[in-house]
Amino acid sequence: MLEKIGDEVLYYLEQAGRMGIFLFTCLLNAVRPPYKISPIVRQIHFIGHRSVFVILFTGTFTGMVLALQGYYTLRRFGSEALLGSAVALALLRELGPVISALMVVGRAGSAICAEIGIMRNSEQIDALECMAIDPYKYLMVPKFIAAIVAMPLLTSIFDVAGIVGGYLVGVSMLGVPAGSYFQEMYRSVVWADVEMGLVKSLVFGLLIIWIATAKGFFLHLERSGGFGAEGVSRTTTSAVVLSSVAILVSDYLISAILL
Amino acid sequence: MKETNNIAIELIDVERSFGTQQVLRKVNLVVEEGTTTVIVGPSGQGKSVMLKHMLGLLRPDRGQVLVYGQDLARLGKSQLNEVRKDYGVLFQNAALFDSMNIFDNVALPLRERTEFGEDEIRDCVEEKLALMDLDGVNEKYPAQLSGGMKKRVGLARALVMNPRIVFFDEPTTGLDVSRSNEIYRLFYQTQARLKYTAVIVSHDVPKIFKLADRVALIANGVVEGSMTPEEFQLSEDPNIRSFVRETMGPLYCSKEEETCGL
Ligand SMILES: Nc1ncnc2c1ncn2[C@@H]1O[C@H](COP(=O)(O)OP(=O)(O)OP(=O)(O)O)[C@@H](O)[C@H]1O
Ligand SMILES: [Mg+2]
Repeated sequence: MLEKIGDEVLYYLEQAGRMGIFLFTCLLNAVRPPYKISPIVRQIHFIGHRSVFVILFTGTFTGMVLALQGYYTLRRFGSEALLGSAVALALLRELGPVISALMVVGRAGSAICAEIGIMRNSEQIDALECMAIDPYKYLMVPKFIAAIVAMPLLTSIFDVAGIVGGYLVGVSMLGVPAGSYFQEMYRSVVWADVEMGLVKSLVFGLLIIWIATAKGFFLHLERSGGFGAEGVSRTTTSAVVLSSVAILVSDYLISAILL
Repeated sequence: MKETNNIAIELIDVERSFGTQQVLRKVNLVVEEGTTTVIVGPSGQGKSVMLKHMLGLLRPDRGQVLVYGQDLARLGKSQLNEVRKDYGVLFQNAALFDSMNIFDNVALPLRERTEFGEDEIRDCVEEKLALMDLDGVNEKYPAQLSGGMKKRVGLARALVMNPRIVFFDEPTTGLDVSRSNEIYRLFYQTQARLKYTAVIVSHDVPKIFKLADRVALIANGVVEGSMTPEEFQLSEDPNIRSFVRETMGPLYCSKEEETCGL
């Protein structure tokens, strides 16, 4: 029994150590020359551009529901005029970064994990190494940089879409005066709120890409067996779950630290 | 010629197990520079595993793998990279990059490791693809090729950097007879020209012997002899004898075979 627990602990320690070294190697390679732009652009296209539609859509609806719920809550206290500021603060500080990160996990994180996992499985990563092409530099670095660049941008798009969505419901449907919607927003939002959203989105972007690439890269070392199509699908699923949990936990931690 | 050669690769008492299965028991092998060593043996005996040790993809449990005198297990990542710059590798499953088209597959080492412009790269790649008799497949993806074509793309990719040491895992498996003869002829010519060291795993016995300077048999986790093809065929070693008899028939005569074929 004790031995089993020991094994378990060792396994997780080993995995954590591996992931840590992986992250360190990726970041080190990212700052070391040579720098190549075009693979980064391609990855930004994949992670960012192709997620824009989903982000716009979910952002709008998040803003709409925030306005709806916020309106009925605020009305009890007779302060519907504060709707704009309530929507904006919730989006900027919490929902924008978190929901767009969860969307990117589903859209890009899973795809990247599967892509790298399949490359590992079919010896393509071995082939890269044997050609003296460093898989960290060649495969990982463009994805890391792309995620760190794309995530804050997507989050901003989400925020703007949400504020517009909130306007549609709050002003057009529920009759909050347009002037107070924006004026309250303008009055209550300070730089610290924007900064918090920015920090969160950067951290989430890093977490997403780290977990997705590392899980795929170490597919062959998975204890449950990273074999074949099933191995890839299982590992991808676990990467998505782990990323989502990591996002929510780190969301709390960052909020606690920055508040 | 044999005495003056340097040693390119040396395996010393290499042991390797997967779980409880011991695949390599005590493998010793010397590959001299500029020669072609052919590794033969029944399926599942550890030929590919041995090759992966020479590539530095697998580490031995015990023993050493020396490449130009350097122990691969002791090299750091960048030093290992330096060693691998001399390598050209064909994997048994070809291991092409399946989301890149054929042209990009072959061009990748040039793009990542040289300063060549697109024109030069195009010339190099086209030349190697033409050599492998692959015309008009530039835009296709690996999944759209036949098994033998993938092998040939893999060969083109392995040779595109003009390596000093090549490792071919079953280069002609899945090719028809005339194609494989063609590939052998090509190996012969390029080796004469580039003087690379070659390690070839093959089931194509006895034909592959014509290329070989040395033949080694792996059976039960041990490498039996590394000798010239003639010595190999006449060897008294019981393992080699039974292998030779099984693959070539009891009355195989090398002289007779030499006059036809290549
Ligand atoms: N990654 C691995 N994990 C566990 N066992 C392995 C692994 N790789 C190879 N083996 C085992 O090692 C043995 C030798 O495999 P290897 O691929 O070297 O055979 P081979 O001689 O190349 O055969 P073939 O001629 O069919 O290609 C096999 O029994 C195989 O099951
Ligand atoms: Mg094999």
